[in-house]
Amino acid sequence: MKQFRAFVRKEFYHVFRDQKTLLLLFGLPIVQIILFGFALTNEIKDSKIVICDYAKDDASQQIIRKIEASNNFTIKKALMSHQQIEQAFKAGDVKLAIIFPNDFYDDLTHQNEAQIQIIADASDPNTATTLTNYATNIIKDYQASLINSQPTLQIRTETRMLYNPELKGTTNYVPGVMALVLLLVCVLMTSVSIVKEKEKGTMEVLLVSPFNPLLVIISKALPYLLLSLINLGIILLLSVYLLDLPVKGSLLLLVATSTLFIITALALGLLISNATATQQEAMIFSLMGMLLPTMMFTGFMFPLENMPIALQTVANIVPSKWYYIIVKSVMIKGLGFSAVWKEVLILLGMTVVLLGISIKKFNIRLA
Amino acid sequence: MTDEVVISTHQLTKRFGDFVAADQITFDVYKGEIFGFLGANGAGKTTAMRMLCGLSTPSSGEATIAGFDVYKETEKIKKNIGYMSQKFSLYEDLTVLENIRFFGGIYGLSDRQIKEKSEALINQLGLASHGHKLVGSLPLGWKQKLAFSVAIFHDPKIVFLDEPTGGVDPVTRRQFWDLIYAASDEGITVFVTTHYMDEAEYCNRISMMVDGKIKALDAPITLKQQFNTTSMDDVFFELARGAQRGD
Repeated sequence: MKQFRAFVRKEFYHVFRDQKTLLLLFGLPIVQIILFGFALTNEIKDSKIVICDYAKDDASQQIIRKIEASNNFTIKKALMSHQQIEQAFKAGDVKLAIIFPNDFYDDLTHQNEAQIQIIADASDPNTATTLTNYATNIIKDYQASLINSQPTLQIRTETRMLYNPELKGTTNYVPGVMALVLLLVCVLMTSVSIVKEKEKGTMEVLLVSPFNPLLVIISKALPYLLLSLINLGIILLLSVYLLDLPVKGSLLLLVATSTLFIITALALGLLISNATATQQEAMIFSLMGMLLPTMMFTGFMFPLENMPIALQTVANIVPSKWYYIIVKSVMIKGLGFSAVWKEVLILLGMTVVLLGISIKKFNIRLA
Repeated sequence: MTDEVVISTHQLTKRFGDFVAADQITFDVYKGEIFGFLGANGAGKTTAMRMLCGLSTPSSGEATIAGFDVYKETEKIKKNIGYMSQKFSLYEDLTVLENIRFFGGIYGLSDRQIKEKSEALINQLGLASHGHKLVGSLPLGWKQKLAFSVAIFHDPKIVFLDEPTGGVDPVTRRQFWDLIYAASDEGITVFVTTHYMDEAEYCNRISMMVDGKIKALDAPITLKQQFNTTSMDDVFFELARGAQRGD
C-alpha cells in the first residue's frame, strides 16, 4: 500500500509538472463546448415513426399512405393512444409521432380547417427539425391536391418538440463533447504516459523492482481517472450554467456511467500502450484510431441512421456510441437506469474484454 | 571479496524458437565482487542479464540469485537486487529528492528511513544544495551517479548495471567507478555489462560472451597473459573474431 502511494504520488508529479498538457486537458472541453455549436444537417432516410390515427377516415388514410410512400419514413407502428406514444419514444428508436384527431375529415370538410399533431424527439435537434419539415411538406402536399376542389380548406400542423422544446443544439453536442473529451484524455494520456516509461527506460527499472506490474498500470490510470472526473465536472457546470442545459435525470447515474466509460477508455489506452513503442506512435494511434471513429460513429456529428448498414455495424463497436446514447437518455431525456441498462451492459462488456486483453498482453510482454 | 557465492548459474539457457540467445551459461559470482559481463552486440548479454534479474524465465538450466531460485522465487530476487539500465533511468521531471523518495517507496522503505538515507546520500554526492532541483537540469555525469546511488538505495545484495556509463567522458566515468568500488567495499556485488575496455580492466573478473556462450572467464590480467597481449582490446578482438552473430 505504501508502495502504491509512492507510485501514485509520482504520477501526480508528472501530470502537474507538465503544464502545457494540463492546460490542453482542461482547455479542450471548454473550447469544444463553445465550438461545437455548429452541427451539421443531412438528409435523413427511413426514420422510424409511429402514427396514431384517431380519425381513421379517408383524409387521414390518404396522408398516411403518402407518408408510407416517402423514403424518409418507415412507419413502425400504428398506435392507439397518447400513452403508447410516450412509451414508443422512451423505447428509443422512434424519432417522430404523427397524430390525427377524431373527426379529422369532418373538420376539414365542414369547418375548412383541421389539425394534425406532430411530436418529435428533439434530443437530437437537427434530426427533429428535419423530420418535422419532411412531415409538414407531405401534409402541405396533400392540402395542395385538395385545393382545386375546395380552395379555402386548411390543415394546420401543430408541432411539439419532445425533451428539448427550444431546439437547443447544445443538447446534441454536450453529450458528444463529453464522449470525445473523456475518450481523448484517457486514451491519449494513459497510453502516452505508459509508453513514455518504456521509451525512457524507466519501465525496465520498475519491472526489476518488487513493485507488482499490475499495480503499475493501476497507479498510472488513477490520476487520469481523477482528471477525467474533474473534466466531467467542468463540462457539466458549463452546460448547466453557460448553456442552460440542466441534468434532467439522476446525476449519480450520469457520473457512474461516465466512470464506467472512463475505465473503458483507460483500458483502450492501455491496449495502445502495449502495441506501441514510442510516444509518437502512441499519439498517432490514439488520435487516428480513437478520435476519428469517435467523431464519425458516435452519432453527434453525423446521424447514424443515415449511414449504410455496414458502417452502422462498425458504429456498434465504438464504445462512445453507447456512452452517447446513455448520456442523452439520462441527461436530456431524464430517463432512469431501466432505460439505459442495455447500453450500460454493452459498455461493461467492452470494458471487461478490453481490460482482459490488455492485461494479458501486458503479462505476455513481461515473460 | 569473499568466498560466499551470490550468483550461481549452471547451464542456463534461453531459446527463442530455434534461436539460442544464451547457451548453457555456467559461472559463479562472489559477494562484493565486481563482475564484468562483456560481449559484442547480439552476443546474448542482455538476455542473460534479464534472466538473472527475474525478468525472463530461462528455457533450461539452473540459477540462484542471492540464494533464490530464478524459476520460483523471482519476487524475492527482485527485493534483493538493484538495477540500472543503459538508458538513463530516473525521472527528469521529478526533483532529486522526489526521485529518491519514489524509488525508496516502491522498494517498501519507511518514510523515516527514506528521509535519513536521502539526506546522507545527497551530502555524500555533493548534491545537498540541489535536492529540490529537477533531475533533468543536472549534468549527465551527476545524473548517472545519482541513478547508481538510487539503484543501491535499498541496500541490495547485488546491483546489475547495464552499460551504465554510455555517453560520459573518461573523467566522469572514473568518478562513477569510485562509487562502484565504494559499493563493492560495503559488500554489494556489482554485475556490470560494458563496451569500454578500460572499464573491463577495473573489474575483478570478467566474462566474455560470444554467440550466446561464455568463451572466457577470468581476471583481466590473467586473460591478457593467456592471450599474450597487453591490452583488453586485443583480448576482446581475439575472442569476438570468431562470432557468427552480431549486427
